Amino acid sequence: MTQARGRTVRPYLRRIGARALAGVGVLFGAATLGFLALYVLPGDPVYAIAGNPDQVSLSAEQVAAIRETYGFDQPLYQQYLEYLGQLVRGDLGTSYQRQQPVTTLIADQLGPTVQLAAAAFATTLVLAFAVSLLTAKRRFGRGVSSVVELFFISAPGFWVGIVLLTVFSFRLGWLPAIGSGGWQTLVLPALTIAVGAAPPLIQVLRNGLEDTLDEPFVLTARTRGLSEAAVRLRHALRHALIPLTTLTGFLVGGLLGGAVIAETLFSRQGVGRVLVTAVTANDVPLVLGLVLLAALAYVVVNFLVDVVYPLIDPRLRSEVTA
Amino acid sequence: MSATPEVTEAAEPPPAAVLAGTVAVPGRRWTAGSRRGFGWAFWVSAAVLGLIALAAVAPSLLAPHDPLATDLAAVLAPPSAEHVFGTDESGRDIASRLVHGARNAVLLGVGATAIAVGVGSVVGVIAGLGNRLLDGLLMRLTDVSLAFPELLLALLIIAVFGGGTLNVVLAIGIAGIPNYARLIRGQTLAVRRSGYVEAARGIGLNRRRIVTGHVLPNAIRPVIVLATIGIGTATLAGAGLSFLGLGVSPPTPEWGSMLSVSRNYLELAWWYGAFPGLAITALVISTTTMGRQLQARVEGRTG
Repeated sequence: MTQARGRTVRPYLRRIGARALAGVGVLFGAATLGFLALYVLPGDPVYAIAGNPDQVSLSAEQVAAIRETYGFDQPLYQQYLEYLGQLVRGDLGTSYQRQQPVTTLIADQLGPTVQLAAAAFATTLVLAFAVSLLTAKRRFGRGVSSVVELFFISAPGFWVGIVLLTVFSFRLGWLPAIGSGGWQTLVLPALTIAVGAAPPLIQVLRNGLEDTLDEPFVLTARTRGLSEAAVRLRHALRHALIPLTTLTGFLVGGLLGGAVIAETLFSRQGVGRVLVTAVTANDVPLVLGLVLLAALAYVVVNFLVDVVYPLIDPRLRSEVTA
Repeated sequence: MSATPEVTEAAEPPPAAVLAGTVAVPGRRWTAGSRRGFGWAFWVSAAVLGLIALAAVAPSLLAPHDPLATDLAAVLAPPSAEHVFGTDESGRDIASRLVHGARNAVLLGVGATAIAVGVGSVVGVIAGLGNRLLDGLLMRLTDVSLAFPELLLALLIIAVFGGGTLNVVLAIGIAGIPNYARLIRGQTLAVRRSGYVEAARGIGLNRRRIVTGHVLPNAIRPVIVLATIGIGTATLAGAGLSFLGLGVSPPTPEWGSMLSVSRNYLELAWWYGAFPGLAITALVISTTTMGRQLQARVEGRTG
């Protein structure tokens, strides 16, 4: 018994360990790229901090002072190590524009964005499961749905939001057009993100369902007298979930990118707004902090998926599959 | 070896491939066309793209009005015979602005895709042809870049280099490089191991001829098809960036920035928000539809 358990648990743990290490590697690479963006690519960061050189004239001493404060006078490798050390301590540096720690600026605005992303995620999943379960192996439903999916994959997210605004806020007056507070203000932004993020999920899920519904075990289940709904929900769905892993990266990107657009469109508070303002102001540390945070979210989500999937699919738990 | 590494390796193909792969499934036979010709959807898409291309090349042929001429007597006028798509907040003709905005959209989509595919092909082919160091570096780099959402990566590039049309094209192009590089690397590896390359090696062709005559054309062809879909995706990304106010500045006619301004007038003028979005959507649907059908074609031939 223990031996059998050991045979399935140990490779699982080893795999998770390997994935965790790979995740750390990706974060290290992301930080290195970030360092390049911060220190190597742009012209003189002093002017990004003090303002446009055409408008601000700095004496040599002032320039030297700024260089010393931000450590630009150190050799590059030392700045790099310093930067990595900062990141490990959870310090994302200081915003050029607002002269405040990046972490503080982000933490202040994180709440509404997390709310929006969670609402959008839930809506995306509901849409994806409902549509794929209802249209798999159904000629008519699949045909109609495919056209709708193509439309929403191709339409810009912010335009879908504009149409939703026009119809539901301005024409019908059902939902508030702007602001962040109360669930009513979440509906349209979350829906805007979800209709853009759901179609690829629907297509992958439906393909998975259709492949599974051809499997012999589904025939067995049917001959046992299971209803169509039971076959789909209890047997096919679990199998169809597996290929969804390939879309985790897409989904994280879609939700975060969608949040940036939706916050701007619906005048919501959140880190997306902070990001857009920071990009316009060339506030590289703040932008970088947010981008690194997005990378962290991606790595964590992927890791969690790697941890959870073997629980859904027992075949992934042991190495004796193929 | 065991099945585990295979599972992990398959876990994360590049998003472009995922999307194209998942959407290009057969089953929509009514649009997929017969074995001999393309379906009607292909030709409708081609017509839409042709119209957009014509607008991009010779906008004054199609535009009924001057896209910059203001008319204070007809501010935010609804669609009429005179202004088929209505007018904007300065009384400018929206239809004419859409026609004149086509050039920007096409340059952006094609330019960004060309950068992504061009640089991606070079890097991917070299990596796939066996430069171990570059291959390792590329794979690690794409692993890392996959962790950055494409929009955020483009935003970072703009934060570093500044906004404007050219930088938006560059940002979207650069953000797309890793995906294509990875894709072409995979294709190159697959072609290198294929039977006909082995045969070419067997009859004694030299390495250069095998690479230029067999590996390159076959590795790049499917990617060129994917790039058709990529043009649509790049257009979308560009529209998003100009919506955020990072592309061209008004009053230059540009689809994304028109939508951005229209947000302030939605209560008064639905047409202002509706038609520019439809233009973008029509362009993207057309490139996607054509790309999918071309892809089905290419796969049918090789498979």
